Amino acid sequence: MLIPCPYCGARDAEEFSYRGDATPVRPDAAAPDAAEQFHDYVYLRDNPAGAFRELWYHSAGCRRWVEVERDTLTHAITATRFAAEGRRA
Amino acid sequence: MSRLEKNGLIDRTQKLRFTFDSKFFEGFQGDTLASALLANDVKLVGRSFKYHRPRGIVGGGAEEPNALVELRSGARREPNTRATTAELYDGLEARSQNRWPSLDFDVLAVNGLLSPFFGAAFYYKTFMWPKAAWEKLYEPAIRRAAGLGRAAQEADPDIYEKANAFCDVLVIGSGPAGLSAALAAGRSGARVILAEEDFAFGGRLLSERTTINDAAPTEFVDKTLAELRALPNVRLMRRTSVAAIYDDCYAAVERVGDHLRTPEKFQPRQILWRITAKRAVLAAGALDRPIVFGGNNRPGVMLAAPAQTYINRFAVAPAKKMAVFANNDAAWTTAFDALDAGAEVAALIDTRDTVSPTLAQAAQDRGLRVILGGEVFATKGKCLDSIELRAAGKTEILQVDGLAMSSGFSPNIALTCHHGGKPVWNEAIAAFVPGECPPGLSVAGAATGAYSLSDCLAQGAAQGAQAATEAGFKATAPDTPKAEDAPRALKAFWHVENSKGMAFVDFQNDVCAKDVVLAHKEGFVSVEHLKRYTTLGMATDQGKLSNVPGLALMAKQSGKTIAETGTTMFRPPWSPVALGAFAGHHRAKDFRPARLTPTHALAEELGAVFVEAGPWLRAAYFPRKGETNWKQSVDREVRAVRESVGVIDVSTFGKIELQGPDVGKLLDRIYINTFSTLPIGKARYGVMLREDGFVMDDGTTARLGQDRWIMTTTTANAAKVSQHLDFCLQNLWPDLDVRMASVSEQWAQIAVAGPRSRGLIAQIVDDASAVSAENLPYMGALETTVLGGVQARIFRLSFSGELGFEIAVPADQGEQLARKILETGAEWDATFYGLEALAVMRIEKGHVSGPELNGQTTAADLGFGRMASTKKDYIGAVMARRPALTDPDRMGFVGFKPVNPKEVLRAGAHVLAKGAAATTENDLGYLTSATISPTLGHAIALGFVKGGAARIGEILRAWDGLRGTDILVEILAPAFYDSKGERSNG
Repeated sequence: MLIPCPYCGARDAEEFSYRGDATPVRPDAAAPDAAEQFHDYVYLRDNPAGAFRELWYHSAGCRRWVEVERDTLTHAITATRFAAEGRRA
Repeated sequence: MSRLEKNGLIDRTQKLRFTFDSKFFEGFQGDTLASALLANDVKLVGRSFKYHRPRGIVGGGAEEPNALVELRSGARREPNTRATTAELYDGLEARSQNRWPSLDFDVLAVNGLLSPFFGAAFYYKTFMWPKAAWEKLYEPAIRRAAGLGRAAQEADPDIYEKANAFCDVLVIGSGPAGLSAALAAGRSGARVILAEEDFAFGGRLLSERTTINDAAPTEFVDKTLAELRALPNVRLMRRTSVAAIYDDCYAAVERVGDHLRTPEKFQPRQILWRITAKRAVLAAGALDRPIVFGGNNRPGVMLAAPAQTYINRFAVAPAKKMAVFANNDAAWTTAFDALDAGAEVAALIDTRDTVSPTLAQAAQDRGLRVILGGEVFATKGKCLDSIELRAAGKTEILQVDGLAMSSGFSPNIALTCHHGGKPVWNEAIAAFVPGECPPGLSVAGAATGAYSLSDCLAQGAAQGAQAATEAGFKATAPDTPKAEDAPRALKAFWHVENSKGMAFVDFQNDVCAKDVVLAHKEGFVSVEHLKRYTTLGMATDQGKLSNVPGLALMAKQSGKTIAETGTTMFRPPWSPVALGAFAGHHRAKDFRPARLTPTHALAEELGAVFVEAGPWLRAAYFPRKGETNWKQSVDREVRAVRESVGVIDVSTFGKIELQGPDVGKLLDRIYINTFSTLPIGKARYGVMLREDGFVMDDGTTARLGQDRWIMTTTTANAAKVSQHLDFCLQNLWPDLDVRMASVSEQWAQIAVAGPRSRGLIAQIVDDASAVSAENLPYMGALETTVLGGVQARIFRLSFSGELGFEIAVPADQGEQLARKILETGAEWDATFYGLEALAVMRIEKGHVSGPELNGQTTAADLGFGRMASTKKDYIGAVMARRPALTDPDRMGFVGFKPVNPKEVLRAGAHVLAKGAAATTENDLGYLTSATISPTLGHAIALGFVKGGAARIGEILRAWDGLRGTDILVEILAPAFYDSKGERSNG
C-alpha cells in the first residue's frame, strides 16, 4: 500500500507505523467527568466499514504524524494531511 | 522416441542430459522436463495423492496437477515441482514422488482398490475412535501414505533476493494480447514491464499453427520482441510469474537461476519483485479443462491444448496413436496438428451432435474419423492402451495410447480476484470471466474470454494504449495485424454419466465425481464447504483445472445453474512461491540487522561474550584467563565497580535532544513529576505513563541550557518514546514551541563508576576542576571537552549505586574515549564490564528495569507514588487514579531473600503464603528479577507482592512450578545495598 505523505510523497506503508482513529480528542483533565471522558478516549473505538480518518506515523521517513482518509473496505486513500494541521484547523 | 522429425521451437544442436528416477535421458535446449519426458516415452511420472494411482502429464504449465517431481538433490532438493514448468538444463535430476518401493510398483496402490471405502472425508469419519490414536497412530500413518514430495533437510545454499521495480504499465503475459499491449504502451514512451511466466515469450503463439499477416505467428513474436527490445523504456522479464496483486503493488517471482544446475556465484536463484505500476494489463490467457469420465486420470490422457503445445512447440507426439474427446472446436485443431505432424489419430469424439461444416470439411480433408454425439466412458491400461466409447447407441473399443480431452477453456482470471472481485459466469463460453478488477488493472485477450486471435491482438493493443494514456502518455493503439481465426464454438459438457471406473474431478487431490455427489448428499451445499470437505481445488494447482468441472457437477446435484451455484475465490499466489523468495536475504545472521555499540571492536579485543539485547549486540561479560564460568567473571566485574572502578558502554540508551522555550511544559505533561523547575546543569529521574495509567518508560532528563534539554530512555523503548513525543507535539499540543530529534546514534555514552571513578575522570577531562564534587554534584550535568578538545557531556548518574559519571562524546569518538579510560585507569585495574554485572548491581540497588516495567505496573506499584505530582495534568494522570489502580491491596514492588541463604531464587516464581496451595486464588505475587549478589553473598530478587511495602518482614514462599522449587523467602525493601544512596552521592 502506498501512502501519500504530505512531506515525502507516495511512500510504502512499511515506512509507517499505524495508530488508528484520528478523531478522539484528549479530554480536559479538570472536567468534572474527566474519568468517564478519559475512559472513552482511551478505550472506545469505532470500527467502521468504509470511510475512516486515521493516524499514521512516518517512522522510517520524515517522522511526521499523518492523518489519512482511507476506505477500510478497499484501502483506497482519498486524502492525507499533517495531523498537526488537522488539530489546528 | 516420440520426438518429431522436424519443426518445433527446440534447438536440436543443444543436447541436454538429465535423469528421471536415476535413469538417463536426453532432451534439447528449449524443452521443459515434461516435454523431454514425453519425447522419451516416459508416460508414468507420479503416483496420486490418496489412491496412489499411476499418473502422467496432463497439462502444459502452472496448471499441472499430476507431474510433480522432486528436482535436484541434497540441500537443493525441491519437492512438488511441476515438470511442465521446469526448464530442462544439462544435468537436471528429477525424482518421482509418493511411491514405494518404485514408481512402477507402488505397494500403496492397494488404496486404489479400496477406493469404494475412501470417499469424501473418509479419514475424518473413519479414524475418530479412540481419540488418542489419531495423533499417535492414524495421522502419522496417513501422512506417510498420502504425501507429496520431501523437502530438503539441509539449509538452502542458494541466495534469494527481494527487489523493487517501478513502471507506468505492467503487462502480464506475452501472448498475442500481451505483446500487442506492451507494444502499444511502449511506443508511447511509457515505462513498460512485460512479465512472462515462461522462459520464452509468445504464449499461445508458440503452440498454435495459425498465421499473422500471412506468416507464422512466431515471426510476429520475433518482430514484436525486436521492437520492444529496441525501446529503452521497455523492460522484458521472462521466467517471471506475477503471483499476486496487493494494495498498490504487484508481487512477481523471477526465476533467475532455476534453469541452471546451480546458480553462478552471487547470482540469486530467485528474485521476489515488488512492482509498483500505475496501470496493468492482464493478458494471462486461458487454460484448457478436463472432462469428467471413467478413467480420465490414466497416464496418456491429456488436455487437448497442452497436447497441441507438445506437438507444435516441442516437436513431441504425446502418443503414437491418439484420440481426441471434446465438446468444442478448439480441440479439433489438436487432432489436425497431430495428423499434420505425422501422428496417427484414431478418431475425434465430439459430444456435440453437429459442428460447423468448415470444421467437418477440414476433418474430412485429412481423412480424420469423426464421431459426433459420442462419449468416452472408460479407459484401460496402466498407461493408456484403449478407450471405450459409445455413440448412437453403440459401444466401441479403440486401441490408442493417447487421449486429448477438452471441455473448453477457462480464462486465467485469478489475479482479478485478489482484491475481492467476484468472477462472472459467461454462459456462451461456459466459463468464468473477470468481474470487478483491482484498481488500475484491465484485462485483454483470452483472459477476458475472447479467444479468437484477432480479438486478442486488437484487445491487447487497445488496452495497452488505454493503460498508457491513463498513466499520462499519448498513446494510440497500433493497427491490428491480419490474423487467421480458428473456429471456437462450444457446447457445455462436463461429465459422462454411467462411466466405468473412477471419474476424477480433481487429479491432484483424488476427488472423484462420486465425492462431489456424496458431499452434496451430506449437506455441503456451499462451494466453500465442498472445497473443504472434499479438498477439491486445494494444493499446488489450486483447482486451476478442477474448479469449474467441480462446480458444474455440484450445480447439477442442486438443480441450479453454475452462475447460481457460485465460484470459489482465487487468493494469492497464482502459483506456488518458494519460502526462500519470501525470506530473501533475511535469514540466519541477516534475519535482521545487528546494531553494534561504538566500543564493539574494543569489547571484541577484550574477549567479550556478546548477547542480543533487542536489536543490539552487547557485551554480556568479559572472561579473563583462569575464569571457568560466567559467574566468576561477573562477580569480579561487580567487585571492581564496588571497590575500584568499572567501565561500561551505555550508548544503547535512547537519547532525545529537545529544544525550545516550551520543553519544560512538555516534560511536565509527559512525566509524572515536575521538570520545568529543573535548574540548568542538573538532571532528574522521571517516569512516564501511557494514557491508560500504566508505566511506559523511565530515564533521566538533563537541562543543558535555558532551552536545551537531553532526555534518556531505556534501550528497549528508545523508538517508542521518540514516537510518543512526536505524537504529543504534533497531535496533542501542536501549540508547544518544541523541536526534538533522536540523537541515540550520534552520541556514544560511557559510564564510569566506582570509588576511583572521579580520580580517573579527572584525568580524561581537559579541565579537571569541572568534575569536582562542587562543580559536578550528584545528578549534575555539564558540557565540557575531553581528550584534548573533544566535545563532551558529563552526567553524574549512577545505575550501579556507586559514585558514577556518564560521559557522552560524538559517536565516532566513543572507542577512543573508552580506550583512553581503560589505559588511564590501569593503575586501579579499571574493568570493562558487561550487561550481566550491570543487572546484578541494579538488582542489588533495587532499580527497576525491563522485567518490572512490564506494562502491568503503575508508578505507585513501583514505589514512585510520591513522585507523582498532584498539581498538574500529565499523560496517564486521570486513568492512574482509577480505583483498581490505587487499591492498596495491589501488588507492590519489594525485595526478596531466601531464608536459607544457600538457596537460589529465580525470576518467574510465584509468591504464596506458608501452607497455601499453589492456586490462582492464593497467588500473592511474583519474582521479576533475581541474582546471587556477590556483594551480599546470597541470592536476592525483586518482584511484586500483594500489599507491597506493608509486607516487609513477612516470611512467604517463592514457588516455582516450572522448575519444581518451593523456597521460604523474606520480604525486604527493594534496595539491598546502600539503601540511603550515600555511595553515589559522595
